[in-house]
Amino acid sequence: MTSKLRAFGAFWYDFVIGDDWLIAVGVVLGLAGTYGLHRAGVVAWWLLPLVLVVLLPVSISRAASGPVLPRRRRGQRKSPASPHTPPAS
Amino acid sequence: MSAAAAALFIAVFLACVVEAVEATTIVLAAGTARDWRSAGTGSVAALAVLAVVVAVLGPAVSHIPLTGLRVVVGALLLVFGLQWLRKAILRASGHKALHDEDKLYAEHLAEAQASQSSVAPSFLAPDWYGFTLAFKGVLLEGLEVVFIVLTFGANAKNVGLAAIAAGCAVVLVAAAGYAIKAPLARVPENTMKFVVGIMLTSFGMFWGGEGAGAHWPGSDAALLVIIPAIALFAVGLTVLLRQSAGGASGGTADLREPADQSAH
Repeated sequence: MTSKLRAFGAFWYDFVIGDDWLIAVGVVLGLAGTYGLHRAGVVAWWLLPLVLVVLLPVSISRAASGPVLPRRRRGQRKSPASPHTPPAS
Repeated sequence: MSAAAAALFIAVFLACVVEAVEATTIVLAAGTARDWRSAGTGSVAALAVLAVVVAVLGPAVSHIPLTGLRVVVGALLLVFGLQWLRKAILRASGHKALHDEDKLYAEHLAEAQASQSSVAPSFLAPDWYGFTLAFKGVLLEGLEVVFIVLTFGANAKNVGLAAIAAGCAVVLVAAAGYAIKAPLARVPENTMKFVVGIMLTSFGMFWGGEGAGAHWPGSDAALLVIIPAIALFAVGLTVLLRQSAGGASGGTADLREPADQSAH
């Protein structure tokens, strides 16, 4: 029963939150901030674009810190054996 | 058709094509490896369940206050869109393996061929494993299609157009899959996911902002600025990431997909 509940929770976490929890937290904070600005009588539409401009590069840089995969060239279907192998020039 | 309606149609159509390609890949693997009648019955059964879900959820969604709906749906679309965009940028810049329907098809095929069915066969489903595999694939991907149609349609107050766009996408992909009986590897799925990520993020930001009380300059016309602006930003990030990756590994910047997918 516990494992089923855990699997159920894991499914929804993966479905809604995905690979990077920072994105979900950033979106919720951005929407809350927009609502707060609106309630305070301040023009609020600019906040979500600002959140996106900060959030996306930060999330990508967190994921891109690993090794770079070799790029496939035209006509080449299989990747070289090691992801660390630099592509042929 | 207005610009906003056209953007809605394109967003729903592309998002549903991606989901339909994934469902078709699973059904083709079930049919090829196990039994076509079971795969077909499983698909039809899943579509019947989806019809019930739509019949129940459709009217319910229309009764939810629009402001609350826009905040919740906007937040979800923004999270989903940013996740898709993040993955698409990582794939396009070589930091993540490309989504490959050929590879997924081979994996599903091998799994289906290796599995033994312990349930007695029936006329409609001679092979229960093939039935279950197709049923789960169509149901899960179909639920995503239903979610896209209901949320996009309800927010844009045009569920009919969203449903037509989804129907066109599903029929097109299913017909192509039935005609060639092979995984739809020639669909440039990674490029489409890049575009869908841009659309989901744009609509999520627009509706989420409106639901939270923001008033976009130009009202609906703001989408015509938001969508290209996010696209430019995403392409710019991809180029920057590729240049930094190229500096590290000797690669070159190229926004196209590999030749075996994009050349067709």
